[in-house]
Amino acid sequence: MREVPDLIACEECDAVYRRLTLGRSEVAFCRRCGAELERDRRAQRKHVLPLAIAGLCMYLIAHVFPILELELRSGLFSHATLIGSVRSLRGEGMLFVALLVLATTILFPLIQLLALIYLLTFPIRFRRFGHPTTFNLSGRLIQVLRPWVMVEVFLLGVIVAFVKLTSMATVLPGIALWAFGALAFLLTAVFSFDPRCLYISRYGYKKQGK
Amino acid sequence: MPANRTVQPASQSPGSGVPVKTAAKLGMVSCPHCATLWEDVKAHDRCRRCGAGLHLRKPDSLRRTWALVIAAYIMYVPANILPVMITVPFLGKEQQDTIMSGIIYFWNSGSWGLALIVFTASFLVPLFKLAVLTQLLIAVQDHSKRHLLLRAKLYRVVAVIGRWSMLDVFVVTLMTGLIQIKGFATVHPGEGIAAFAAVVVLTMLASISFDPRLMWDVTEHEPGRSHESRRGG
Repeated sequence: MREVPDLIACEECDAVYRRLTLGRSEVAFCRRCGAELERDRRAQRKHVLPLAIAGLCMYLIAHVFPILELELRSGLFSHATLIGSVRSLRGEGMLFVALLVLATTILFPLIQLLALIYLLTFPIRFRRFGHPTTFNLSGRLIQVLRPWVMVEVFLLGVIVAFVKLTSMATVLPGIALWAFGALAFLLTAVFSFDPRCLYISRYGYKKQGK
Repeated sequence: MPANRTVQPASQSPGSGVPVKTAAKLGMVSCPHCATLWEDVKAHDRCRRCGAGLHLRKPDSLRRTWALVIAAYIMYVPANILPVMITVPFLGKEQQDTIMSGIIYFWNSGSWGLALIVFTASFLVPLFKLAVLTQLLIAVQDHSKRHLLLRAKLYRVVAVIGRWSMLDVFVVTLMTGLIQIKGFATVHPGEGIAAFAAVVVLTMLASISFDPRLMWDVTEHEPGRSHESRRGG
């Protein structure tokens, strides 16, 4: 098994191309099917770690404080956190749905953020704890989980629920709602970053072959 | 390797459907994770750069995708018939909402924008995904060479929009979490939401397990040179 260093294959149609030297923020596309081959991400690179740490802070706020608060006519208050909502789903016998919501909005975003922060700090910055197995697993985890992190979909769900509830009672947005908004924004910014380029920096791979 | 020199450079403007050499034809396998190209790959080899399993095509792609799509079709029926949310007010009759009745409620109460968003995410997107995936599977099995570029674009759209169908699941989760107030009203999730969540997960898994490269493989099947480089994985 030998590596072919200066070629790249399209992920969607298998067409092979010579790698281009990409300028700042340039993107290479497949000539045949139009899929993206490679994108230059040097510009984003240095912002990723601070954004990921900011994301982690927003994550904590989003899960500790209530998302929506209800003020009922009789002077009753009710508020819901995400974890509380998942627990009441489980209490209603909806284990599958509860697990799905738990995974897509609570577990996976956390795993993804922690894996990314680990990748960007220990192996690359401090040059320790970078055992290839953990390094590779973290990198793959980030990519595999990508379609299953649904914070921005959840945010739209909060807005829909908000409008639904306005007919029943006075609804107040909680602190966590703003934190979720920030988290969705930060996750999008952070994971427009491609963990692939970490392999390049780790293995000292020269981008355009010889 | 001489073949390397004859390969075209990658284009910086999107596809025009021109014929090209494929990795399979050149006897190379691309790592699904880090996109490194390898030659002389044997079965069960792993990428030496990132450790991902190397396969010429996603293993059992058509069979797995069919199974997931058929399962999603089956779940689609209860997802739309059974109630997704049951509201029990302190006084008065309990109200059962299906996916559709929730949309109609928004429409009638004047939130047309929201009705449109929910209609798209909960009704159009799952149906569109199932229709497109079925069409893609049939076209691959028929070795169809027609509309390849269009099908490539449809696949990309399906892969991106799938997750937005989870919208209704999150709405029900929040309503259940928020309205558990004795003496006012309680909201319970209905069986429909579990079926609906299953449709979303199954169609997402189906679009992940489908290998779009299979669509383009038919262009390789010229007489005399078919299957010449089917190795690896």
